[in-house]
Amino acid sequence: MHAPSASASAATTRLHIGSDADLAWVRHEVRQAAAGLGFSLVQQTKLVTAASELARNTLVHGGGGHVEMTHLEDGAGRGLRLAFTDEGPGIPDPELAMTDGYTSGGGLGLGLSGAKRLVQEFTLDSRPGRGTTVTITDWTTVLPAARTGGS
Amino acid sequence: MAEHDTALGTAQELGAFLERRREQIAQRWADAALFRTVFTVSRDEAVEACKAVVDALAEVARTGRLEDVTAPGFGAVRDQLGRMSASRSRAGQNPSQIADEIAGLREPVGALLRADFDEDAVERTHACLVALTVLMGTLRLVVLQTTVHAGEELIARQREQLLEVATPVIRLWEGIVAVPLIGTLDSARSQVVMENLLEAIVGQRARYAILDITGVPTVDSLVAQHLMKTVAAARLMGAECIVSGIRPAIAQTIVHLGIDLGSITTRASLADALAHALTRQGIVVSPRPAAGASAP
Repeated sequence: MHAPSASASAATTRLHIGSDADLAWVRHEVRQAAAGLGFSLVQQTKLVTAASELARNTLVHGGGGHVEMTHLEDGAGRGLRLAFTDEGPGIPDPELAMTDGYTSGGGLGLGLSGAKRLVQEFTLDSRPGRGTTVTITDWTTVLPAARTGGS
Repeated sequence: MAEHDTALGTAQELGAFLERRREQIAQRWADAALFRTVFTVSRDEAVEACKAVVDALAEVARTGRLEDVTAPGFGAVRDQLGRMSASRSRAGQNPSQIADEIAGLREPVGALLRADFDEDAVERTHACLVALTVLMGTLRLVVLQTTVHAGEELIARQREQLLEVATPVIRLWEGIVAVPLIGTLDSARSQVVMENLLEAIVGQRARYAILDITGVPTVDSLVAQHLMKTVAAARLMGAECIVSGIRPAIAQTIVHLGIDLGSITTRASLADALAHALTRQGIVVSPRPAAGASAP
């Protein structure tokens, strides 16, 4: 619903993902950005957790890569888009990878599917042998106007 | 070939000059903030330190390796320069400010050099001044290197300390231990936590172990997996594990993520977890009867 009209402002930050220490840095930066945009505490926590899952995928399965963090504006709403990119082996069967409990490593198998549930928009683009890009976007919640009058 | 010989000749000429004017250069440098604030006991000490640096520069110049930070000549003063830059850092100077202070040492030497050479030997004077500039630039790099190296050592040391310090096991009651987890729970940290906790369970004969995650900012699937493994290991040792300090935002996130913590006893706060463990052991903590209340 937001996608076509959303305009990316100039604020794009690119963070390298190459080690466990970088994961901590990505979480820190995403939290700062989300707090700065006025996301609620719950939304901040969800977004940071999703970012943590995806950044770890980039590191563990993609052999490292980067995340691009973009501030978005759409009328009154403000959003944050995170694009995790690696040039690893790619995901042969995206549908299977999105299944709860399926893991190719030793994890719980909730990284991709869990991250999708934690954010508002989620796209997975993977080409076997060419790498993977996962993009997630969250918008500040616009509360419905308070009802007035009536009984 | 000829050019190389000239360069070496100039460098050696510079070296000879530094040796000749060692005393005067040291006297001028001793008043610079870099030396003055480090060697506070006596000015003689500062002068001696300056002489050591001049000697090192003269040595490097004689070998013609003006641009080589690894020149053996610097070896003798590396320690001293490291101590100096460390002490300037403590005084609040950042590395680039320290580098600027080093750069400031060149001017007094340049003035001496110009006075030393004949007025008609313009070209030689100029060549020596250029050589001096290059040499001082290299000194600046050597100092920056020692500063960065010292910083790296400090970070490595602190990282190890953090690993140990941040995971204490606390005895809350007879048979009840708690671990307040703070910060990022990565694989290395959770390994340390698990080891410490299991040892404490044996050592303190604990029946209940509380893992408090109030200080953990993000609980993702890996952190949850670490927690579950720790709980399972504690259970094998005969202790019941309680995870406490689950904040509302974390609870909602865990649910959306799809992590099933159903098999783990959880409580909102450390106090609740302690109360649970006490109750399970049949210990009742009740307020003292109010004064004047009639005894039953």
